[in-house]
Amino acid sequence: MTLILDLLPRFALWFVLAPLLPGIINKVKAWVAGRRGPPVLQLYYDLARLWRKGVVLSTLASPGFVFGPAVAWVAVMGAALLLPLGPAGGAPGFRGDMLVLIYLLALARFGTAWAAMETGSAFEGMGVAREVSYAVLAEAALITAMLALCVQTGSTSLAAMLAPAAGADAALLAAGLFVVLLAENCRVPFDDPNTHLELTMIHEVMVLDHSGPPLAVILHGASVKLLLFALLLTEAVLPVGKLAPGVAAAALAGGVLAVTVGAGLVESLLARLAFRRVPLLLTTAFLLCLFALLMAWKGGA
Amino acid sequence: MILILWSIAILAGTGLAALLAGRKAPAMATGLGTIGTVVGGWTGLFGAASAWLGGAPGGIHWEWSLPVGALDLQLDSLSAFFILPILGLAMPAAIYGGESWKAWEKEKNLGAAWFFHNLLVAAMVLVVVAGNAVVFLMAWEIMALAAYFLVVFKDEKPAVREAGWSCLVATHWGTAFLVVLFLLMGQAAGSLDFHQWRMAGLETSGQTGWFFVLALIGFGATAGFLPLAGWLPEAHPAAPSHISALMSGVMIQTGIYGLVRLLACLGEPAPWWGWVLVAIGLTSGILGSWLALAQQDLKRLLAYSSVENTGIVALGLGLGLIGISAQAPVVAILGFSGALFHVVNHAIFKGLLFLGAGSVGHGTGTQDMERLGGLLQRMPWTGAAFLAGAAASCGLPPCNGFLSKLLILMGAFTGLATLELRWLAPLLATLAGLGLIGGLAAVGFTKVFGIVFLGEPRSAEADRATEAGPARRAMMGLLAIGCLAGGLFGSALLHFVTPILQILVKAPAEILELNLAGAARSLSMVFYGFLALLTLALALAALRRRLLAGRSVTRQPTWDGGYAQPVLRRQYTGSSFVQPLTHWFAGLLPPERRLKAPSGWFPAGVARATELPDCGRQKRFRPWFAALHRGLAAIRLRPSGGAPFQVLWITATLLVLLIWKLR
Repeated sequence: MTLILDLLPRFALWFVLAPLLPGIINKVKAWVAGRRGPPVLQLYYDLARLWRKGVVLSTLASPGFVFGPAVAWVAVMGAALLLPLGPAGGAPGFRGDMLVLIYLLALARFGTAWAAMETGSAFEGMGVAREVSYAVLAEAALITAMLALCVQTGSTSLAAMLAPAAGADAALLAAGLFVVLLAENCRVPFDDPNTHLELTMIHEVMVLDHSGPPLAVILHGASVKLLLFALLLTEAVLPVGKLAPGVAAAALAGGVLAVTVGAGLVESLLARLAFRRVPLLLTTAFLLCLFALLMAWKGGA
Repeated sequence: MILILWSIAILAGTGLAALLAGRKAPAMATGLGTIGTVVGGWTGLFGAASAWLGGAPGGIHWEWSLPVGALDLQLDSLSAFFILPILGLAMPAAIYGGESWKAWEKEKNLGAAWFFHNLLVAAMVLVVVAGNAVVFLMAWEIMALAAYFLVVFKDEKPAVREAGWSCLVATHWGTAFLVVLFLLMGQAAGSLDFHQWRMAGLETSGQTGWFFVLALIGFGATAGFLPLAGWLPEAHPAAPSHISALMSGVMIQTGIYGLVRLLACLGEPAPWWGWVLVAIGLTSGILGSWLALAQQDLKRLLAYSSVENTGIVALGLGLGLIGISAQAPVVAILGFSGALFHVVNHAIFKGLLFLGAGSVGHGTGTQDMERLGGLLQRMPWTGAAFLAGAAASCGLPPCNGFLSKLLILMGAFTGLATLELRWLAPLLATLAGLGLIGGLAAVGFTKVFGIVFLGEPRSAEADRATEAGPARRAMMGLLAIGCLAGGLFGSALLHFVTPILQILVKAPAEILELNLAGAARSLSMVFYGFLALLTLALALAALRRRLLAGRSVTRQPTWDGGYAQPVLRRQYTGSSFVQPLTHWFAGLLPPERRLKAPSGWFPAGVARATELPDCGRQKRFRPWFAALHRGLAAIRLRPSGGAPFQVLWITATLLVLLIWKLR
């Protein structure tokens, strides 16, 4: 019962705060480009509008077409609830929960991919193919980053792993995780959320045929995933467990904001990578995390 | 124990009766075969469960007139554990087969087929209860031969005969090494009984390293370790689907059983054993999943996925051995229990997937993924069951494959956090490898499900696909429920493996219980988490239903980049789906490309084919066998008088041997 009482406010927090991040990124992009840009709360308006609309389904779609995104959203939310929230600590912490987090993200990807393949569209097939291929490498990097934290703290539960600061390897870990964040959330240089050409999209093309409330669920889930990675990165680097609650909360908010602004800056200043160069960057991220792991090992031994 | 004997007797007896019923009454043969498997299966399951829960290992020891050993059968917790998946999968597979073999009543002798089917099941049970090397080898041989005859069920096709040959070669290749292994061990221990081997203190003999290597090669061929696994992708597509399910789900795991049994006999493992098993697991796992995702034939893909899953089991076993060597019981326990769980989980989901592939093949007449598509609407039951199997195979929560992978991963993580520096390499390799395997498997099964079941049909056959019959649907549904239930309730089953761990990890029961309790706590948290998520998903579904109740829900063709009349052939194909990965990893195993370039003034045709080479293909064994044959032919005496002279030669040889023995 206490667990449920603990989880509910967390759930609400994730639910309400997540759509803020894409708005911030867009604001940064507009600011760099010298435009005024959409309001920071634009995604909230979009979600509210989509939620009130009807649905157009593909003639090929089975019930799975709607079920897939729902599974994905639930899985991402579940993964988010596993992540400790700084001063509030981890909710249901247990040994090995970071693995559950990784696998829940994989489940979310499977759900999205499933719905995309339902439509039989060549473009969506291509998007799924790219998404799952990137994920192979991004997942390896993420597991290695988790390993580095695990070796550093001698623990396999997220709450204990993320509480202290990353050691000397913080820079490596942060760089690796940041690349994983960009890849997993389909941002530049891996994917361009603003592109209008189906051939070049990844995440956007997978959800082309969705509309109305299911699309709202997908967009919301994507923003939760972005917040999840930003928070993970911040907590991995900052010693949130060692600070006073108020300071820790401020540090977390500042960190997430910094990561989001960083993503916006990358998006403004970099072009997309050519498709064949993508594995190189992801392997670099993997190597960064691997070196972080080796440093953590050296420091601990 | 007596129940197990009954089970074997019922299986063999009904098989024999089916053989006699034979061609004249195929329906009766089918009935006998199916009912025999189900009755024998339940009898055996009760026997195994009572031995397990009762805790007292049972055994039978009958002297016989053969010169070596005795008819010795032992039912300990390890045997009982392996009997569960064997019989648990054999029963649904048999009921499925009862329906799917009906189509062959006119053309084939179903009596013989059911005879070999029941014999295969009985032999597998006998393999895991054999308490003596001779009994084991005999059961092993019966199993191999029965499997061969089942693989060549459709023997009118040359490809099937070829596949049967592969199967025969692989199993006997293994047997050859096993004979040597058992003779050497028998010599070292002074007995051929397994329990004597455990008592004999073989580690003092200094030969255990050799024993381990021989066991790896001997059992590895059946278990499907690369590069010995070449027979799997040949034999599984050729065999009838419920036979592939049986072979892929449990027969290859008898190889794992053999390895685990041997490990239990060999005593303290040397540190390099764990390294070797981890290396084998990584090779099989990564290459298996990579080769799987590039396949075009559905059952061939599933066969490679079996190679991958054996690799995962080997990783778990290797981790367990490392845990023992490093004196870290936690790591050992998590590794071994992960490996054992994965054996059962793999039996359930791979059995399900092969049955699903069989229904697809039956409903459409093809296994070629590039000709399938859109089957979820035409075969909703098969599709839904296949989805559960595919999710379990990727290790996605909340299906059962996730639990076993989680246990192994937790073991490796714990090891990394606690062990010394010299264990870094294997533990790191296990983790990175499992991550990569998981990613590749996810790509492979997204492809399978997406290409086969979703989208639009790619051929007329797929368009006309018909759903499988009621018995087959029920059996697939049962196994699909097994996939989900195994994932949800696996934590409750965890402490049942303690008796087996006691055999493998020489640690006091309290330590085992304590460590298992920690893992069980994690798993039960996972269980509650999934329960909560499931509730959330259901709430979401209800919400959506309410939400859309009064709104417009319209159907439109898929948006295809603005084309008003999308062409079927523009749909994404399976090969294009995996192209990024095959391209990136081309350095690992370069694909063979054949290009027939346009030439001349009026080029007539252009062709291009890409194929992934398989390092373990049986074709590559052929030259060796031919060379062996030539070499032996040179020394063979050539009696010119035909059969009588051959008999004479044999008699003479026997006489010489007898004299030599009596000398």
